[in-house]
Amino acid sequence: MNTLTFLFRRFFHSIFVLLGLSIVIFVIARVMPGDPARVAVGARAEDWVVENLREQMHLNDSLPVQYGYWLYDALQGEFGISLVTRRGVAEDIKVFFPASLELALLALVITAGLGIGLGTLSARHKDKLVDNIVRVISYMGVVTPSFVFAILFLLLFGYLLNWLPTLGRLSEGVTRPPTVTGFMTIDTLLAGDLVAFVDSIRHLILPALALAMGSMAQEARITRASMSENLTKDYIAHGRALGVPERSVTGRFLLKPSLIATISIMGLDFAGGLSNAFLVELIFVWPGLSRYGMNAILRKDLNAISAVILVLGVVFVVVNILVDLIVSKLDPRIGLRSARSD
Amino acid sequence: MAQQARELTSPISAQQLKKLQRDSRRESLGRAWFKFSRNPLSIVGGVTVLIVVLLAIFAPYVTPYPEHATKPFTDFPNASMPPSREYIFGTDEIGRDVFSRTIFGLRFSLTMGLVVLALVVPTGVLLGLIAGYNQGTRTDTFIMRITDIFLAVPPLILALAIASVLEPNLFHSMIAVSLMWWPWYTRLVYGLSSALRNEYFVSSAEVIGASTPHILLREILPNCLSPVFTKMSLDMGWVIIIGASLSFVGLGVQPPKPGLGTMVASGAKYLPDQWWISLFPALAIVVLVLGFNLLGDGLRDLFAAEEV
Repeated sequence: MNTLTFLFRRFFHSIFVLLGLSIVIFVIARVMPGDPARVAVGARAEDWVVENLREQMHLNDSLPVQYGYWLYDALQGEFGISLVTRRGVAEDIKVFFPASLELALLALVITAGLGIGLGTLSARHKDKLVDNIVRVISYMGVVTPSFVFAILFLLLFGYLLNWLPTLGRLSEGVTRPPTVTGFMTIDTLLAGDLVAFVDSIRHLILPALALAMGSMAQEARITRASMSENLTKDYIAHGRALGVPERSVTGRFLLKPSLIATISIMGLDFAGGLSNAFLVELIFVWPGLSRYGMNAILRKDLNAISAVILVLGVVFVVVNILVDLIVSKLDPRIGLRSARSD
Repeated sequence: MAQQARELTSPISAQQLKKLQRDSRRESLGRAWFKFSRNPLSIVGGVTVLIVVLLAIFAPYVTPYPEHATKPFTDFPNASMPPSREYIFGTDEIGRDVFSRTIFGLRFSLTMGLVVLALVVPTGVLLGLIAGYNQGTRTDTFIMRITDIFLAVPPLILALAIASVLEPNLFHSMIAVSLMWWPWYTRLVYGLSSALRNEYFVSSAEVIGASTPHILLREILPNCLSPVFTKMSLDMGWVIIIGASLSFVGLGVQPPKPGLGTMVASGAKYLPDQWWISLFPALAIVVLVLGFNLLGDGLRDLFAAEEV
């Protein structure tokens, strides 16, 4: 199967999954007790106002019809008004999503770099001291919830050692750059403000690290496992016998096939990381999508909740397609067909 | 006819056969225990789990101030005390003993894990069995596509969404997590049972006219159990983490009840000065999950179940 057909098929499959997800979200939003129209206008509004609004929101139609309207709006990026911020949900998401994405992307870089690095180190020194230390670290990483890491890092690096700032995206007194991309690091660079750029990086490190620890540990374990399995294969011995330098043996022949499992899991972890950001952003007072979603959830702001979950679902699906593409490039034998979920 | 066949093929009596089966089962159990006990980490995991469970069960007897966890209690003169001999984990912002509350908090976490698994495992396994046995049919497509949808979103997100529309409490957070968790078992058992359906013992059962429930539950299910048990032990840890996360954001155990996540969250307001209020419950979560994971890894090595 060539890449184009594959993309086409995956696209179709994804649409199916996202439609299913949208039904689940819609059902959740509608089983919720309480009248959305009443909630929107407040408890003191006249009954006829509520009735008019119900008509306008299609709440008097049957559920499938309501779903049709809801989906039609959602496809156009129209999720209604957020009850918390009193702005359009779509605008809110445009403001908050880049902050979360910036965090999750840095976490992904840390995950990939440290995870694969530690895993390689561990596999190369199998059953030595280094290996054991890495294994203990990665075990602890897997079993510790991200919000616990967040608290530990906040206490240790933020207060005890006082190395890094712990609240928000920029320190007080630093001028905020005009919003262009929503990524604070890029915006500060575009504004040519190096002080603010360094400050924004410093603010990113701790939350990103807390977010990355779990998946980093997972990556390290998987890389170690597949590397030490591949180390026993004949082609490695063959390469060494031919006198290929050890650096090339581990760096090229060994690493590439060993990364397949790592990258597949990393895709899942990236999306999982966005959901763990819910907890980490809370501790670091990070003005991201997760905090927005969290507030929405606590105040039962259904428009915002549905939008946040749908956005995350789309990210998840897109990342999974990307992962399949990367994996098939790493190992031509896998091909694009078997990368499907079943 | 069948009677005759049995007499022809089995030279030993039914009673002898039963005894032989019992002996072999006992022997393989003994072997499993030997293998399990060779791995010090599994033993550490097992012992941790045992201690935690005992502490949780006997919480009223082992904690110095059980009333701090079970009753509405305030002691403002002793509020926000750092760890001391009297209060080994310190006291929280209204003077309650963090140690006693943490031990009682284990109860909520363990209940969460047990109830969720009790709901999720039978449902997920049964659906997986049905879909796998009917592989390639509409039933299969129907079940597995629904499974795909649930697997398409990180469990925490949908659990948050479901918990958010319900009244926040422990029971509803269990429901929310359960709704998200069954697809993993369906996926696991689907893989196993769709492979097993082509085995000879399944075909034989079909040929002699065994009913579908018999084939699913007596022929295929027993061969899927070891990976399922292993996954259960590993999942205890994950469910506890998700449960604590839900409590942490206010959708699980409600204060003043001492949920571990609840305590971490309410203590987080007093970071960094009164670090002990949230740090110790947080570490308790880590110990709990660590125990179940070590145990689960030990079981996995035992069954050599790579699929989990």
